[in-house]
Amino acid sequence: MTDTVLTETMAIPPPEPPRPPASGPGDWIRRNLFRSPVDGVVTVISGVIAGYVLVRLVRYVFVTGRWDIVRVNLKLFMVGRYPDDQLWRIALAVSVIAFGGGLIGGFAARRRILTGRDEPSSAPWWRTRLDLVGRLWPLIVGIAVLLALSGTIGPWLVVAGMVVAAVAGRLLGARLPLRSTAWLVVGVVAVGVGLVWFLTRPSGWDDWGGLMLNASLAAAAITLCFPIGVLLALGRSAGRNAGSRFNAVLSAIVLGVLPIVLYIAMTGSVTIASVGTLLIVAISALLALTGWHLGRRSSLPLVRAISVAYIELFRGVPLYVLLLLSYLALGFFIPTWLEAPGLVVRAIVALTLFTAAYVAEIVRGGLQSLPKGQTEAAEALGMQPIGITATIVLPQALRNVIPGLVGQFISLFKDTTLVAAAMTFLDVLQVGTVVTAQGDFRGQQLTAETLTFVMFLFWVGCITMSRESQRLERRLGVGTR
Amino acid sequence: MVAAVVWLWDNFQANSQRLNLPTNYDYLEQPAGFPIPSSSFRPTQTVQDALVEGLLNTLRLAITGIVLATLLGVLIGVARLSGNFILRSAARAYVEFVRNVPLLVLVVLIYIAVVLSAFPAPNDSWELGPLAVLNVRGASIFWFEGGNAAFLVALAFAAVAAWLVARWRRSVADRTGRPARSGLFAGVAAVIVLAVAWVVLGLGATSPELDGRRVAGGITMTPEYFAALAALVIYTASHVAEIVRGSIQAVPTGQSEAANAVALSGFQRMWYVVLPQAMRIGVPPIGNQYLNLMKNSSLAAVISFPELTKVTQLAVANRSPAVPSFALLLGIYLVVSLVISLLVNLANRRLAIVER
Repeated sequence: MTDTVLTETMAIPPPEPPRPPASGPGDWIRRNLFRSPVDGVVTVISGVIAGYVLVRLVRYVFVTGRWDIVRVNLKLFMVGRYPDDQLWRIALAVSVIAFGGGLIGGFAARRRILTGRDEPSSAPWWRTRLDLVGRLWPLIVGIAVLLALSGTIGPWLVVAGMVVAAVAGRLLGARLPLRSTAWLVVGVVAVGVGLVWFLTRPSGWDDWGGLMLNASLAAAAITLCFPIGVLLALGRSAGRNAGSRFNAVLSAIVLGVLPIVLYIAMTGSVTIASVGTLLIVAISALLALTGWHLGRRSSLPLVRAISVAYIELFRGVPLYVLLLLSYLALGFFIPTWLEAPGLVVRAIVALTLFTAAYVAEIVRGGLQSLPKGQTEAAEALGMQPIGITATIVLPQALRNVIPGLVGQFISLFKDTTLVAAAMTFLDVLQVGTVVTAQGDFRGQQLTAETLTFVMFLFWVGCITMSRESQRLERRLGVGTR
Repeated sequence: MVAAVVWLWDNFQANSQRLNLPTNYDYLEQPAGFPIPSSSFRPTQTVQDALVEGLLNTLRLAITGIVLATLLGVLIGVARLSGNFILRSAARAYVEFVRNVPLLVLVVLIYIAVVLSAFPAPNDSWELGPLAVLNVRGASIFWFEGGNAAFLVALAFAAVAAWLVARWRRSVADRTGRPARSGLFAGVAAVIVLAVAWVVLGLGATSPELDGRRVAGGITMTPEYFAALAALVIYTASHVAEIVRGSIQAVPTGQSEAANAVALSGFQRMWYVVLPQAMRIGVPPIGNQYLNLMKNSSLAAVISFPELTKVTQLAVANRSPAVPSFALLLGIYLVVSLVISLLVNLANRRLAIVER
């Protein structure tokens, strides 16, 4: 008896269990909308404004917007003036691309499971389908809008073909042998080249237009700029651990003298205190300073200097000016016996050179993020420098910068609109401004409708890419290992 | 590689000779032969003067854009972290939309579909009291009256006064331990000095007034300038907002919690603890956005705003040789970029942690 009394008096009363966080619509509203009087005022004001904008937007899309102009010109928006009787080529190409996407996706998923990086999913089948819809909803909405706007059966067939091809690719990809990565890369390149050949068969490049032109310019420039960018990044980071004052002086001289020599060669003489001279001297001084700074830490000053000069030059000037330059002035650098390259080629060259500089900086970030121990361990194993770079350093560095690279590619896709503004293409933006001058639509101020549609198309493309990149980032665990 | 450069160079010389085009910069001294809209530039002035006018327009656009984009971007970035659901979602919708749309589409859309189509005709302009008048011919806003130099001098005086007072307050706080309130004191000092300088230097203020079909007074932005500025600010602000949000979130939560534990108020926690650390993370990428904005200002050429690129295009269309003109254009952009990145690096160095 006493025992129990004793324990009862001596026992410290257990602390009250924490109140479960109140959950319910009322509590959610209190926490997110009316936390304090000020918050309430903010809620009311921003709610009224947001509601007004939303109502206007919905009315614009469904009631006041005059979307006939988009409906009528849908083909122009999507593929420009591609010959009507050759459109099956585009349909086939799109299906092949969808098939390839499915194939790679299926292969990658199986590979992750087989190498133990991923659990086989145990969720019911409808759950995975639902996840896919949640992942790709902007793309699905985009396709739905296109189908709603189309008056013919063609687009429906194309979309059906794409879906079938993607599913088939996915199923087949899961059955590929585990060691076919290299073959897949070769296949992708071969199919890419083949598709370009296949699509340019009817009339060459110059009839291309609409969103197809934007997408293919972006795809071509992405593919080409990548190796250049990686090389530049390696050049810029070459031997960054050794260095001396000699290197610094050397790279300062190389970088600083180059513009002056070029300038003298260009003008034949130097007139003191003309604007041009002052400008050149300023550039030289800045470059020499940069060269000194960087050469101090480098053992390959010339490689480094050229890489730095290239990167800084292309990152310091606007893409629009580069495109104008390659449109108006590239012909001067081509000998007379050589035919001047076509406009699409010029555009791809300018986009590639420009993006390569940005890719180089991103990849350099990846190279710097890599612990030095990786290289040292490989050296200790007696590997050759090139082997170390190719098999140890680059794979890890590139994996770390995937988000940055995708971001750069998104901005490249958006920048393809500049090409048509600088040159004479009929890309999707130009279609948007040109069709408002068509006979039926002239003088009705329909630019708002057409350009809204153009914005929507770009939004669908870019947001899909960026969401996929975020997903990939989470998967690879960037920043968590 | 040297051989390739020499080869290209040789081609250039040969082609220029064949077409009888100059390869030097003598053309800069020639009369331009084209007018620049809404400026005092006359076609008889030299190409060089035209380029200077274009550079000034570029800088005008870029600097105004940088200031406004920073303000809007910081506001939206902070709104993205707000506890208020509507504010948070609206900011998120803005960022997710604008970031994924090409800038050029925004520029053209705002110019053609908003400024030229939706703004009212001059005789029934929108008037915002004495502050602004908006119509299809442009936007006029409240502005100072008097020389630019005098205005800058007054601003400089105010800035110096603010800096001195803030320093004095901080030293007082260090000695006595009383709260510094340097921001408050510096602000008051700046306003007083600005007011005195304003009167002494004979500056005035002018507000736009609608006078029939014309707008008198104030400072008028052309429709092209207004559209380009709006598009650049809207676009860059979305990127700045993401950077601001990311850098605030990158400050470890322990910092906020520690600030709470020593009983700092919400404002003090943000101003003294979180923001200084967030700025350290955010300044380099925001500097990149400033660079991008400056380079993107070349897109204003598409809607015929006479900035540097447009002026060069006009010059090339009026018998200036293409290659030297574009080489000069690239050079000027490069110098402006390097100067901006130099400034950003300086700011970054001041903010960076001093490692021993």
